[in-house]
Amino acid sequence: MKWVLRAGLLAVFAFFVLGPIGNLMIWSVAEQWFWPNRLPSQWGFRFWDVVFRPTGRAMESLWLSIWIALLTTATCLVVSVPAGYALARGKLPWRPIVMLIFLLPQAFPNLPVYINIARIFFEYDLNGTVAGVVMVHAVHGLVFSVWIATAAFAAIDPELEQAARNIGASGPRTFFEVTLPLALPGIVASAIFVFLESLDEFTGSYFVGAPEIRTLPLMLYSAGAGGNIQIAAISALILLVPSILFMLLVERFLKGEVLAKMGR
Amino acid sequence: MGPTRGVSVLLIFPALAMALALFIYPLGYSLVGAFQDKAGVWTLGNFVRAWELYRLDTLFTVFIVGLSTFLIAVISVSIGGYLTLGNSPVAKKILDWLYRWPLFVPFIVAALCMRTFLGRNGMMNNAFVFLGFMDQESAQSFLDWRGIVITFVWKQTPFVTLMVAGAMAGLDRSTIDAARNLGASRLRVLLEIVVPQIRRTLAVGLILSFVTMMSVLSVPIMLSGQSPSMLTVNMAWRINSVGDYGTANALGFVSYLLTGLAAWFYLREAVRDKQQGLTR
Repeated sequence: MKWVLRAGLLAVFAFFVLGPIGNLMIWSVAEQWFWPNRLPSQWGFRFWDVVFRPTGRAMESLWLSIWIALLTTATCLVVSVPAGYALARGKLPWRPIVMLIFLLPQAFPNLPVYINIARIFFEYDLNGTVAGVVMVHAVHGLVFSVWIATAAFAAIDPELEQAARNIGASGPRTFFEVTLPLALPGIVASAIFVFLESLDEFTGSYFVGAPEIRTLPLMLYSAGAGGNIQIAAISALILLVPSILFMLLVERFLKGEVLAKMGR
Repeated sequence: MGPTRGVSVLLIFPALAMALALFIYPLGYSLVGAFQDKAGVWTLGNFVRAWELYRLDTLFTVFIVGLSTFLIAVISVSIGGYLTLGNSPVAKKILDWLYRWPLFVPFIVAALCMRTFLGRNGMMNNAFVFLGFMDQESAQSFLDWRGIVITFVWKQTPFVTLMVAGAMAGLDRSTIDAARNLGASRLRVLLEIVVPQIRRTLAVGLILSFVTMMSVLSVPIMLSGQSPSMLTVNMAWRINSVGDYGTANALGFVSYLLTGLAAWFYLREAVRDKQQGLTR
């Protein structure tokens, strides 16, 4: 009896967790689906052809989104690796305040800030440009990349660096051949995270990029608002693939125990 | 060892400059903008207009985000509690596998999922009708405030659960086992022994979720276009349709205040803990 109750509760939970994603998948292969039919009256991949047509706007949006995400990741890494190293190993004045500044974008609601970034960008003609959108995504990604890079560098035993110096390696050589390789798993993790955040970002792109820059989330939004549920569903599934992959991989480097240490 | 002071400052400068120029400066801009009119004169007019037009929406936002936060807390503690105290290893394994699916689903995708799932002819209603819980005629759409709450809870619960379950896994088992041996029910062990020890972690997860939900535009704008609406939708409307930065910034100020209030409650608790020497 207890066994039945347990299985029943798990089934209900599974329905609510996976049902919304399942419903989206059905929509992506529904060629005709009218109320009150419980399932589509005509199935097929016609809309997939529309989305994946090489000249289609959806593919254009996908490549643009990937391009922006790559630029955002590169920008974040270039500034956050040295910053993380300095925060973990260097002698910084006002270190707690600096750490706090990198935490603030996570502590305030972002939307009002994005509105004002768009207002400032207007003066520099950055609205509706790839550079503008990359900057907005990068400042959001900075929170994760700086904090994770700092943690990755701080976790390295300083004696390893000391040993390299003792046998005559220069400072830069020690950094590039000892410290950086050891910190790499954490830095790669932060890079994947920044990439995904940029790929999925909606609010900032909406205020700074639209209508000229149509990233995949923006395209998904206008397709959904325009009633093209199938096109929106397929775009959503494209966005889901990297997210689910990351979710399955995340246990390797982002244990719950680590997350639980945040904010202490 | 490590870089000197000068080198450290040099290394951190690009990242710091970026954060200052692209976050701190626009944040200050929004704070100042809330108290200025179009000509740059200091005024409280923006707040008067925000109060006249959006006081209902402000309450609506607090209600939705507050209810979502509460539900996230209850569900994540329940899942974490079962993972820690449950009897069936199979059920624990399935639950552990199941709960994280929405973790990295983008909000915009979650919104679209729910729009199809919770609609009048969505999978949820269809399943209820199929199972005989209700008939087709009484099926109603959940695409209003309930849809927003369900989407927020669906999307944010895995995040808080991951933190909470991690903290619970790190607890000393001996007190839990002792209480169980003395005959305490699992619910009582969860509420009186486990939760008090992980409440800091739970609070951090809930505050981060609260802030996130306060700034999500895609979910309310896709799920429910009707009035009253959430503050994020109102801000977008003031900018895109009216070009009124003053009122939008006043509403932004209100949302900072609301999240600041949540953070203040947390800090007050944390300080009280410290004074009592209970810090974990």
